[in-house]
Order: sequence, then structure tokens, then C-alpha cells
Amino acid sequence: MKENGHNSNGRGELGSVTVKRGLAQMLKGGVIMDVVTPEHARIAEDAGAVAVMALERVPADIRVSGGVARMSDPGMIREIMAAVSIPVMAKVRIGHFVEAQILEALGVDYIDESEVLTPADEAYHINKHDFKIPFVCGCRNLGEALRRIGEGAAMMRTKGEAGTGDVVEAVRHARSVLGEIRRLQNMPEEELMTFAKELGAPYELVKETKELGRLPVVNFAAGGIATPADAALMMQLGVDGVFVGSGIFKSGDPARRAKAIVEATTHYRNAELLARVSENLGEPMVGIGVHTLAPEQQLAVRGW
Amino acid sequence: MKIGVLALQGAFIEHINILRRLGVEAVEVRLPADLAGLDGLIIPGGESTTIGKLADTYGLTGPLRDFAAARPVWGTCAGMIFMAKEIGRDQPLLGLMNIEVERNAFGRQVDSFITPIDVDGLNGGEPFPAVFIRGPRLVAAHGDARVIARLADGTPVAAEEGRWLATSFHPELTGDTRLHEYFLRLVEKN
Repeated sequence: MKENGHNSNGRGELGSVTVKRGLAQMLKGGVIMDVVTPEHARIAEDAGAVAVMALERVPADIRVSGGVARMSDPGMIREIMAAVSIPVMAKVRIGHFVEAQILEALGVDYIDESEVLTPADEAYHINKHDFKIPFVCGCRNLGEALRRIGEGAAMMRTKGEAGTGDVVEAVRHARSVLGEIRRLQNMPEEELMTFAKELGAPYELVKETKELGRLPVVNFAAGGIATPADAALMMQLGVDGVFVGSGIFKSGDPARRAKAIVEATTHYRNAELLARVSENLGEPMVGIGVHTLAPEQQLAVRGW
Repeated sequence: MKIGVLALQGAFIEHINILRRLGVEAVEVRLPADLAGLDGLIIPGGESTTIGKLADTYGLTGPLRDFAAARPVWGTCAGMIFMAKEIGRDQPLLGLMNIEVERNAFGRQVDSFITPIDVDGLNGGEPFPAVFIRGPRLVAAHGDARVIARLADGTPVAAEEGRWLATSFHPELTGDTRLHEYFLRLVEKN
């Protein structure tokens, strides 16, 4: 693995590929929850979240309020960082490298270059190699995933359709990425360059993915996961963990639902246990069928 | 020889892959029944709060303590925290080893680092590439627990106590299998 460390702190080398990808490896098998207040963050930590995503509005509310969605207030992110002992992530707009510089100065643990916010650049994503803080990015297919990894993303998440509570897009994107990897594994060497051209992905990363039989970085599912069964479905499809955005704090009993989704993510193959944790969770988030969204309301198409 | 890896959350597959590469049978442990027939257990890196809560909820804490009373256990990072008697904050612990540990003691992710360190008793004499990710610090080792590795500035980062081993860094993220082989020798001796 190529090391691209930034500098030393007197103890050792900082910001290398190993430590950036390594934090995502430690989050595997876990649930990362969207939170908008320190109180939410504590509920998430108590429920067993492996990390929280600090933001001003969950995606369901971004949909309702419309307008331009930007990086959250650094003061609010700081309060959440002070409230919990687990890693804190925060979002920047696609291509907005100054928002990313600000989050790096704050010392958040992961930056999500996210299609949930309004894109700042319609052609280019951030050069993520420039940062000591690792990045997670969204993808709908293998080509998009490998382009983001080529730009320096240390973790991926399939996009799904955020703020809907409808898991169908999360399933579509996970099946697309994992299916293309299965196809790649059966491909003879001489077909790889043309496959890389078709995907619009770097050849070296296509080759590495074939050798590994998986993405070179950790891959979570996101966008529409609202129940313990949704989380277990994504895990059984083959992702490494799940993000839950609006699905927890837009439901009737967030603390209980959060804990149930954590348990379902660990015991994702144990149907008896899934039945038990799914009981009496109260109202799930209301949800919007993805098929009812107008094209301009779809967030997943943002990203190039 | 059959080794379990606690698979509640975290980097358990990395440990399993290394064990299998060393020709050892390795299985995932999620529920108390999974401990049956194991010769040793590894508790991987991950989030110690998540691992502790899931162990508590599914009745693993008692069975893990009983298991550890007779068999070798190795904790890496979150696993070290989970095995410690004292961490200065309230979260579920196994409380096996006479060590004091401070979580996230080196800082946030931006301070995560890699450095070569010397580990007592390791084959080859070459320094071990130690990967620290939001790592805990070993504040002190008491009683029979002894420090077996330190950073260049003297900070202790690994301890051994009888059949138990704890490292604040992640050997499962490197290609270096010497610490896994070291643990397997503890299992063989047991």
C-alpha cells in the first residue's frame, strides 16, 4: 500500500493511507447515526453507535425546507465533539474544499463529501489526498466508487436516497457495486483495461479490486435505512456497516430504535434475534416512496 | 488449535484473515455458545463503548470472564480497553487485567499515527510497525501485569499478565504476523 503521510507529531507518521482507511476498518459492523444536537449524540452513543454524523438538519428536513444546504455551523459541530467519546463526522458540499479545510481545522474525525448537501462544484470533487482527515464519499456503482477512491476517499458508502426512509435505492446501489465486483472477479486480465474505460475508473484500482475481491476501502450502506430489518438486509447483501440518517430521530422512539438497529447490524444473520429486536419499536419515520420523487428531488444523482 | 475472535463490531475479519494465513482455525464469536471448544480469544479494535454494550446486552460478559480465567485472551485497542480493570470512566468492561488505560489518549483521528516500536520477546529483533488509531494509552500496569512495549518517549503501549495480552495498537492492520504468532505461543503453552 502506498503511504502518503503528511508529517510527524514527534510520536510517528500522521495522515497515512493506513491510518485513514484504518479508522473506517474499526467502524465496521457498526451503525453511524445522524445527529443534530449534543443530546441526540449522547442518545446515539448510549445506544451503541460507532460514530455520529453532526449536521444542522437531517436529510428528511433538508428535503422539506429546500434551499441551499451547506456545511453545519462549526460551533454546533464542536458541541457534539465535546458531548461524546466516539468519532464525530461532518459533511461538506461536493467540491467545497474550503469547507473541508474548516472541518480539518476543527479536528472532526471523518469528512463526508456528501450529495445530501447542495454541490459547490458541478465538475470536480475535492482532492482528498491533500488532507490528514480521512474522507467518506457516496457511490451508486463501482466506477463512481473507484473514482472517489482515486481522489483519496478512505471509506465509501452506497448513496441510497437520503431522507426518504425507502430502502430501495440503497439496495439498488449496493447490488450494483457488489455485482460489478463479482463480474470483475470472473474477468480475464485482458478485459480489465476496457472494463476500466467503461467504468470511467482508474485501471490500477480496477486491478486491485479484482485481486481483493472487494473494494480497497470499507464500504457502508446509506440512504433510506429505517428499521432493524433494513440494516440487516444491507449487511446480508454484503456491506460493512450502515449509516442511519433520518430513520432514527424522525421515528417515535429514537433511543429504542437506535439500539435495535445496532443489535440488528451485529446479529444480521440471526432471524430469531432480529424478530425480538424489531418488536414494539413505535412509529417508524413516515417516509417518502422514492418513485414519487421528481428528478430534481433526487439527491443520489449528484456526484460526477 | 481453534481461536475465536469477538465479532460484535470492529476489525474482526482482519484478525481472522491473519490467523487463517498462519494455518489456524478461526471463528467469529457473537453469543456465549460460540465460546465452546475455543483454545483462545482475540478481542479486536473497534469502538469499545459499542462492543461493551453489545456484550452486556447479550449476556457475554460473565461467560467471557469465565473463559479468560482458564484461557489466553488478547485485546487490541478497543480490546485492551475492554480487558482493563480501570479506565477512569463509566462503560461496560471485562475488568480482567491489572492495567489502567486512558481512552483516545493520543488525540482524535487527526493525531492517529504509525511508528516502529520494540516489543519484548518478539522474534526477529526487527521493530514492529505499530498503528495507533484514536488509540488508548496504557497509564500503568500493576501486580503481575508487566509492560512489554513502549514508544520512543517511554509511553507504555502493550502489557502481558499471565495468559493475557493487551496492545494499544493494531497488529491486524499490518502485514506483520509476529504478534499473532506470539499470542499463539501463549495458547500453546496454556
